[in-house]
Amino acid sequence: MRRGHLIAALAAGGFCLLALAPFAWLVLTSFKTQLEVTAIPPTPWPGGSLEFYRSALSRYGLMHFVLNSLIVAGGTTACTLCLGVGAAYALARLRMPGRPWLMGALLLVSMFPQISLAGPIWRMLQAAGWLNPYQGLIIPYVTLTLPLAVWILTSYFSELPRELEEAAMLDGCGRLGALVRVILPLAGPGVFTAAILVFIYAWNEFFFALLIMTRRAVQTLPVGIALFQGQFTMPWGEIAAASTVATAPLVALVFIFQRRIVSGLSAGAVKG
Amino acid sequence: MALTATRRGERLLAWGLLLPCLAAVCAFAFWPIVYSFVLSLHRIVLGLPGLGEPFIGLGNYARLLADPTARSSAAVTLVFVAVSTLLEVALGTLMALALDKSFRGRGLVRAAVLVPWAIPTVVASQMWRFILNDRYGLLNWLLFGDQVASYRAWLAEPGWALAAIISADVWKTSAFAALIVLAGLQTIPREINEAAALDGAGPWQRFRHLTLPLVLPALAVALVFRTMDAFRVFDLVFVMTQGGPANATNVLQFYGYKKMFAEGFMGYGSAVSVMVFVMVLAVSLLYLRLVGRRLLRGEER
Repeated sequence: MRRGHLIAALAAGGFCLLALAPFAWLVLTSFKTQLEVTAIPPTPWPGGSLEFYRSALSRYGLMHFVLNSLIVAGGTTACTLCLGVGAAYALARLRMPGRPWLMGALLLVSMFPQISLAGPIWRMLQAAGWLNPYQGLIIPYVTLTLPLAVWILTSYFSELPRELEEAAMLDGCGRLGALVRVILPLAGPGVFTAAILVFIYAWNEFFFALLIMTRRAVQTLPVGIALFQGQFTMPWGEIAAASTVATAPLVALVFIFQRRIVSGLSAGAVKG
Repeated sequence: MALTATRRGERLLAWGLLLPCLAAVCAFAFWPIVYSFVLSLHRIVLGLPGLGEPFIGLGNYARLLADPTARSSAAVTLVFVAVSTLLEVALGTLMALALDKSFRGRGLVRAAVLVPWAIPTVVASQMWRFILNDRYGLLNWLLFGDQVASYRAWLAEPGWALAAIISADVWKTSAFAALIVLAGLQTIPREINEAAALDGAGPWQRFRHLTLPLVLPALAVALVFRTMDAFRVFDLVFVMTQGGPANATNVLQFYGYKKMFAEGFMGYGSAVSVMVFVMVLAVSLLYLRLVGRRLLRGEER
């Protein structure tokens, strides 16, 4: 038994190294100087220069991309949760005919390949004049994150005892009042979990952002980082700096809310 | 009487709450699937609106069948999906087995292996592209040290480029498979394992005859999710190889994107996208046949 645990701990250590080392290399690169980055063979340890952060901010408009990403990911999270909470409550609590079918249809949506949606969505947005305005990107993101949010929220709502709402309704709350005053506060952790996962999705998404946001001024971080181009050479240092900025908040989220993320992802997947 | 009235009210409220969500999903997920089929029956060139958008029946599909790039693209996609999914589920299972044991710092380890999953795919792609760089890349340095003459341009060689895309995907998403398998592992009561150990079953025997059959449903779920997601690979290809060298990494999602948006052949690109959809549908029906029934039977037990 003891030996099993030792092997598991060693294996876990190995997995950690594999998971973190490549990204650590990128972070180290972001603190190097141009000379250190293009040295052959590479200089492993940086001198600790902020040169690339400065140039990513001033020459590549990093702050712009961060701001756009915050607006799009924040807007998506808010809209998805508003729509998702209502839908999940209806699915978890109210007598719904065809409930399994609705849940199945939502699961189906999360499996659609994006390329099959891209052309039509692009044309619909173009007709509405919504290529480039933020809502043009937020709308497809809301659609694509709703299934995940509804699945997570439904599983959290179903676990709350029915007596709570019944008591609230006896006290004169309507169904809606019971949802807002009793259920939502209790399902807070579930709502928060869904919010983290939706935010991460919207923060990271690249395919639709590339198609819909064609003007530099409104592009999100992933598009910015993918399209970073130097005049003569690849600006590896600036890419590393921007990547570190784009990833740092996510790494923080993962380390702080690891438990929530794990339970949310398995609620979305396993209970299906 | 009052009871039926509340019931009706409840049903009305339920539909009211569901409607916005269903409307969004119908308008921006189900309708586009239909609409992309309609588009694929027309000749639409984005740069030339003067041509109009004439209906050409199955013309785009006839061209698709005769298009060697589309065929090789489909083959690359299938290879990518099969290899990366299998590796991810296998590696994910190993990770899950390691994480299922209790040791100090398990929470930190779990967070650490989740980091690749949380990193934006574009960032992961740039990261691997830099590590695989032919001159200042980390990999060349680790393999060949100071012997600069042996440094290789990994992403410029067809076989290595595809291997690189697959490895990057495995690095990024194995943790997701691991989480699902781990959730499955944690539903197995510890006593079963301990009883078998007392009866003299070795670790491999216990894994093969106890753990594996019990965790099979979770494995199947991980496999389905990873497969569907692998069909969507795009960011890695866009950033690392642009489909090259010599179309070696030109997966269908990238090919469809290129036809539709880079070259402007909206009709033909839609035919490609319908083909992707049909492939995904076929694979999911296949899975349903293979594992769906077993899963249902497992639940009845």
